[in-house]
Amino acid sequence: VSSPILRTAARVLIPLLHLFAVYLFLRGHDAPGGGFVAGLVTSVAFVLLMFSDGVAVARRAALVRPRFLLGAGLLTALGTAIVPVVRGDPLLTSYWVTVPTTSVALGTPILFDLGVALVVVGVALTMIFPMAEE
Amino acid sequence: MPIVLLVTLLLVPVAAVVGRRGARAASVLALWPAAVTGWLALELRAAHGGAPRTDLVRWAPTLGLELSFRLDGLSGLFALLVAGIGAGVVLYAGYDFDGHPHAGRFQATLFLFMAAMLGVVVADDVYALFVFWELTGFSSYLLVGFDHDRAEARRSALQALIVTGAGGLCLLAAGVLLHQAAGTASLSGLLERGAAIRASGAFPAIVVLVLLAAFTKSAQFPFHFWLPDAMAAPTPASAYLHSATMVKAGVYLIARTTPVLGGGALWTGLVLGAGGLTAAMAAALALRETDMKRVLAFSTVAALGAIVFLLGLGTPAAIAAALAYLVAHASYKGTLFLVAGVIDHATHTRDVTALSGLRRAMPKTALAGALGAASMAGLPLLVGFVGKEMAYEAALAQPIAPVALAALLVVASALMGVAGLIVGWGPFTGHRRSHPEAHDPAFGLWLPPLALAAFGLVAGVAPSLLGPTLSLAASAASGRPANLDLAVFHGFGVPLALSAATIAATVGVYAGRARVRAALAPVATDTGRLYRAALAALDGISERIAPPLQSARLASYILVFVVTSGALAAWSLRGKGIAEGAIYTPPRGLEIAVAITILVAAFTASRARRTMVAVLSLGTVGYAVALLFLLFGAPDLAMTQFAVETLTAVILVYVFWQFPAVDQSSPARKKIRDAIVAVAFGGVMTMLALESSTETTSRRLGEFFAAKSPTEAHGRNIVNVILVDFRALDTLGEITVLTMAAIGVSALVRIGAEERAARRRRAATPEPPTASTSAPADPAPPATTSQEPSS
Repeated sequence: VSSPILRTAARVLIPLLHLFAVYLFLRGHDAPGGGFVAGLVTSVAFVLLMFSDGVAVARRAALVRPRFLLGAGLLTALGTAIVPVVRGDPLLTSYWVTVPTTSVALGTPILFDLGVALVVVGVALTMIFPMAEE
Repeated sequence: MPIVLLVTLLLVPVAAVVGRRGARAASVLALWPAAVTGWLALELRAAHGGAPRTDLVRWAPTLGLELSFRLDGLSGLFALLVAGIGAGVVLYAGYDFDGHPHAGRFQATLFLFMAAMLGVVVADDVYALFVFWELTGFSSYLLVGFDHDRAEARRSALQALIVTGAGGLCLLAAGVLLHQAAGTASLSGLLERGAAIRASGAFPAIVVLVLLAAFTKSAQFPFHFWLPDAMAAPTPASAYLHSATMVKAGVYLIARTTPVLGGGALWTGLVLGAGGLTAAMAAALALRETDMKRVLAFSTVAALGAIVFLLGLGTPAAIAAALAYLVAHASYKGTLFLVAGVIDHATHTRDVTALSGLRRAMPKTALAGALGAASMAGLPLLVGFVGKEMAYEAALAQPIAPVALAALLVVASALMGVAGLIVGWGPFTGHRRSHPEAHDPAFGLWLPPLALAAFGLVAGVAPSLLGPTLSLAASAASGRPANLDLAVFHGFGVPLALSAATIAATVGVYAGRARVRAALAPVATDTGRLYRAALAALDGISERIAPPLQSARLASYILVFVVTSGALAAWSLRGKGIAEGAIYTPPRGLEIAVAITILVAAFTASRARRTMVAVLSLGTVGYAVALLFLLFGAPDLAMTQFAVETLTAVILVYVFWQFPAVDQSSPARKKIRDAIVAVAFGGVMTMLALESSTETTSRRLGEFFAAKSPTEAHGRNIVNVILVDFRALDTLGEITVLTMAAIGVSALVRIGAEERAARRRRAATPEPPTASTSAPADPAPPATTSQEPSS
């Protein structure tokens, strides 16, 4: 199904989509966005690459197997849930630090959101790659 | 305690990785349970007379969920067994599995079990107890089915899981009833509110449920059949789970709940009856077997019966005797199981009729075997003697039928003693007929059984060493302070005479064991028949229920789902005025345009004759709905919807690419039914949307999140803050479900690909005719995903 037009467009669009996903992820806590959408947009970027260059290329571009993303994402989210218990706080307690001299606050929910994003990418690619290979 | 449990759990992956490198290296991990044993001993010494150690982990305090652990005498005694024997078994398994490709898997499962079993005995909460309880059953399932290439092992594993799992569900039900009756889920709290529990109407149900859980786990009649079959597990697992520890969880449960539930006629009748019957029957059946592990399994069932029986007697002396018996049993039965494993390792057989005269070839193993067998037979100066004396004394002190009770114990003990001699004595004595290559194994294999046997000797010579620990445990189990004075010599009396009689009977029956075996051989003992009949009946019911529900037609699944959820939603709306006070704003032009688009696309989708048209029309509906979200100020939802629609369209195109262009039209009757359901469901959803916009609680929630998000969660996007902070637990559940769905889909796709490849191969190479009677090569199996012609 590959065409020169699609390939050329994909070359431009895929980096933009990835950037957009990062942007959505980072601003998610204060403005529309977040891990879920960021994960979806990332998946769309990989699906686009799959259309333009084939599944094999898309798989290689993902660097790791989609299944690995599922596990890594779940463990990341689970980790932010469990660590407070080990420290004696209730499950899923959030910890925040404010970066000195700025108003930027960094907290464990960001890690949790990262876990969500990884799982979403993992789910989408685990489903779509094998289907496309058929 | 939580740290001990956590470290044990963390060792699960460590054991898997280390074990893969080399099984012997994993033996080093035995240092951990050994260290825990030492720590427990120190804790118990410190706790003697004082308050038991308690640890609290705040899990979700706002929900009243806490993980509490309590290490009192009873917990401590069991935990000592779990950790102490665990150390020996981990060391043994490292050498036993040397060179085995799945050694890491085995070691990892052992540690999983160890953590679960420690959890069972120290949990101070009925729900935590239930979770750990089921986790032991699950690890037992993995270990029994470890040789999963053998159908027999898989069947036995499933049988053990179903029997003990059913008991676990009884435990959960009992826990809920106890929680309701006493108003607390904490075990120590329950002990304080015995009067309220005994007064509640659910008391008989609680007693029966708790005992069902205990009897299934501890293999009491009529649930005992799973334990001999569980011998399909590798020997270290049998020694650890199915003799020394897991099967004693039922004993622990009975001992733990005796102060609250014990004493009544129902309790005493059931416990005494099941225990006594199991002890006598299983001890006799043990002599029928020739496989060393099965001999030991039946004698384990018998010993569990005797312990349960003693607990049923209920006097402080009987409970103390039960616990002493328990320690003794763990020591000599653990020894004998490992000895059987060493013999198996050296000779590759476990048939006692094929083994004799190995004492010179395997002196260390023979010493361990002889000590274990002698202890089991109740010879003085060994721990088995101490337990047996206490049991006889307790039975004789009973007000009702002391002679009969003691006689039952004597018979069961004598027969168990014979079983011990068959395994620990028989293979080493007599003339050496075979197995010239047999020799003592590496130290990791002979040390654990010998150490356990040596423990039996030390505790038998100086039983007062066990005194403090047993006293603490007995006072926890009987609810009355106990101070046991254990001695080697109890003076001349009836118990000593009974011990002598037991030993005499043991030796006598052992001498004539071949005749006993022959006499018992025709006895029908297939008590698993009931289990299999029940399973077959369940299968029959499923066969009747499943086809209408599992129609393999997506349309009927959706119909059931839509009708059910629609009816539930309608039910929740009953009695409410139609959209009273709903916020109503006149529609804007753009909104009307989007609405018309949705209607047209939905209509096109329902009328489409080609799947691609339907897919694209549904995609249009999705995008238009996303637009609607945007118009109503929900950009997060809109973005998500756009992305999801895009990916869904891709997936659907791939899926339907595979299907032939079938005519999707249904008969008119079905169309009318579907139309009615669709319109009704749409109506209910509309009402629900209107209702939720009037609900004051939802507005209060909105205000709460708007106020708290920036201050408490450092975020101004409420949607995201709710997802990752306020309701992160929900999100965690959802991503877990997503993961499972993805794994399921990829498995289905792979299976489908394999089937299609197989079909292509079959089509390419026609099946060669095998025999004249053979039917024509069967056509492709019906794929479950294919669209069947509608009836």
